[in-house]
Amino acid sequence: MRKPVFKFLATALLCSCLLPWNATAEKPGIMSASLPAFSANQAERLLVQGLLEINDGKLRDALNTIDQLLAAVPNFRLAHLVRGDLLMAFAQQSPIQDDKSRAARADFQDEARVRIERHLEQLHEDRIPDVLWRMAPDQRYAVVVDTAKSRLYVYQNRDNLPHYLVDYYITMGKNGSDKFSEGDKRTPLGVYVAGQKLERKLPDFYGEAAYPLSYPNALDRKQGKKGHGIWLHGTPSDMYSRPPKASDGCVVIANPDLKSLAGVLQGGTTPFIISNNLTWITTKEAQQRNQALQAALEQWRQDWEKQDTEHYLAHYADDFFSTDSDLSRWSQDKRRIQASKPNVKISLSNISMFRYPSSPAPMVQVSFDQDYKSDVLASRMKKQQYWVWDNRRWKIMYEGPA
Amino acid sequence: MLPHIVALVFLLLAGLSQAAELDDINLLADQGKTTQALERLNSYLQTQPKDAKALFLKGVLLAETEKRDEAIKVFTDLTEKYPHLPAPYNNLAVLYAYQGNYDKAKSALEAAIRTHPSYATAHENLGDIYARMASEAYGRALQLDNSNARAKSKLALIKDLLPAPGQALNNPPTLAASTTPAAPAASKVETRPASKPVENNKPQEASKSADLSKPSEAKPAETANAKLAEATPASKDIAKDTAKPKVSETAVANAAPSASEQAVRDAVSHWSQAWASQNVEQYLACYAKEFKTPGGESRSNWESTRRDRVSKPARIEVTLSNVQVQLENEHQAKVRFTQFYHAGSMSQRTSKQLIMVQHQGRWLIQQELANR
Repeated sequence: MRKPVFKFLATALLCSCLLPWNATAEKPGIMSASLPAFSANQAERLLVQGLLEINDGKLRDALNTIDQLLAAVPNFRLAHLVRGDLLMAFAQQSPIQDDKSRAARADFQDEARVRIERHLEQLHEDRIPDVLWRMAPDQRYAVVVDTAKSRLYVYQNRDNLPHYLVDYYITMGKNGSDKFSEGDKRTPLGVYVAGQKLERKLPDFYGEAAYPLSYPNALDRKQGKKGHGIWLHGTPSDMYSRPPKASDGCVVIANPDLKSLAGVLQGGTTPFIISNNLTWITTKEAQQRNQALQAALEQWRQDWEKQDTEHYLAHYADDFFSTDSDLSRWSQDKRRIQASKPNVKISLSNISMFRYPSSPAPMVQVSFDQDYKSDVLASRMKKQQYWVWDNRRWKIMYEGPA
Repeated sequence: MLPHIVALVFLLLAGLSQAAELDDINLLADQGKTTQALERLNSYLQTQPKDAKALFLKGVLLAETEKRDEAIKVFTDLTEKYPHLPAPYNNLAVLYAYQGNYDKAKSALEAAIRTHPSYATAHENLGDIYARMASEAYGRALQLDNSNARAKSKLALIKDLLPAPGQALNNPPTLAASTTPAAPAASKVETRPASKPVENNKPQEASKSADLSKPSEAKPAETANAKLAEATPASKDIAKDTAKPKVSETAVANAAPSASEQAVRDAVSHWSQAWASQNVEQYLACYAKEFKTPGGESRSNWESTRRDRVSKPARIEVTLSNVQVQLENEHQAKVRFTQFYHAGSMSQRTSKQLIMVQHQGRWLIQQELANR
């Protein structure tokens, strides 16, 4: 007589209040299959397993799983909530849903939903996010965040092709993404770099470590975006994770996950791309897509090397900008410098191409090492350009030192 | 506090004198003389160190005097020595729960339920433990400061070592279906292989039954004691038998009560309510003029004893279940029922029979027999 009651509670209470997803849970082994050895996602795996067991009405198993999880991760609040609901089912009572806890419970539901959705969907292991068009040989890793899925993906550069390594749950700004102004509690969208780990002692609130992101970048500043201090950081010691939307704009990740990223972020130059509508392509598609751009970049280099100023300037868009310059000033300067057609040698190396997320016209951030040699000058610099698809050809919208 | 009362007493090796000593100790405990009771219990246990019932009582008294660590020791010891008995596990669980050690409490209750899968008290307590654990879990999840205020409901300490037949192991509704007039206590004795000649039991039973017919709270247990002391081969068997009340599902339910029967039922329920509300005058008025006092004492003596007994406890609970009315004629009826009595630390379950007579439209008690 007890069993059916439990079963009823399981479906009526737990599923309705905590698990708002329509999972059929008919994918045995999805978790083990999709998580690589690198993963520190054991906690999430157990949580998802517990939720799926609840969905199947195996409440005893679920409680065991959650207990196992909490023994390893005692500060996982979502797991405590699941455990509370489970125990209430065993006590044959309704889960608490008072006004005081409603907001918190909604947050936990969101967290449970995004975590379980990640595990129920097919991971695009053979595909890459449509932002990683080309990784430079000196870029060992790239990090891509999908704010829509509260997820951070790590890619490793193998033979200049990105390979999926691992992905983690993350927290973003309270008010979502697309940061624009100071204090808007949003997470910026764009192509950034995760800098060196902050060495100074930080409050417990920031968790194990903090890596500053390069917001605002040149484009952000041009667009009038304000704010600063957007970091990737950990969680307070009494919280394994925070709800999906909870930060003031930072990207927040569980401390164990952050620790596992230490090697990835070590160099202080790891690309950190934040998107809100990640799409997935094969590496072949990526190569096809960047072909025209590669050609345009090469043409730009040649035109510059030949000191063919008019052809060179034709690569720049009307609304081009640089650090303290626009197209007319840039053109003026170039025409002046290149009038004597000095003998120059220009070579580009370590080229990376990252499609810019959330941009209306296709736009790509291109970075490279530029070797410039003339009779009077030899310079090597890291340069960054934004190329836009403008009137059926790629044009440079921004150029500056990286 | 204690929903289920158990009057059945279990003595492993004790002779009658020891039983009497234990009864005295019980009485002291009932009167709230806990320190004295514990002292005598300790010296009793020096001669009878393996007396499970005495050990159990010691545990209960220690628990009631908030000496929880000692009580935990006693009950742990009992669970190790008598792993088939559910009550020590249950009490252990209650004590663990008081210490906030819900995991241990849960394990103990699960052990109790393993010995008796339908052990109602353990199930109720387990439900409570789950609710408390849930409350803790919510506290950790939601960081609520008042989370502990929730779900702090009763946890029942079992006062008697063994559940009475058909009782405590099931919920009252199931009990109510019991039909055999052979009340549980009787059936239990019958199932026991009598180790002594019947004649030996008889005089004793007869002499006791005089006592027993007195509506005394403490007495009925004694008969059970005496009988069991003779007849119990092993506590295990009791436990097993008691777990299976002789129940027929059909039973009383289908007999629609006649008007007279209903009047008898009303009178009985009036009596038990007067008793429970400690309204002595109303209580005594339920007894007929020709009421046969137990042991043939004078009516006035009996009345003064009853006044004392009914009025003295701070609070009395009386619950009747399985009430069966047998109309002999329109002036006489027999009523059988199971009586749950609880006052102070005293808890009892008794099978009773009332002989009722009708005087000028009122049904009154002519005779009150316990454990028949």
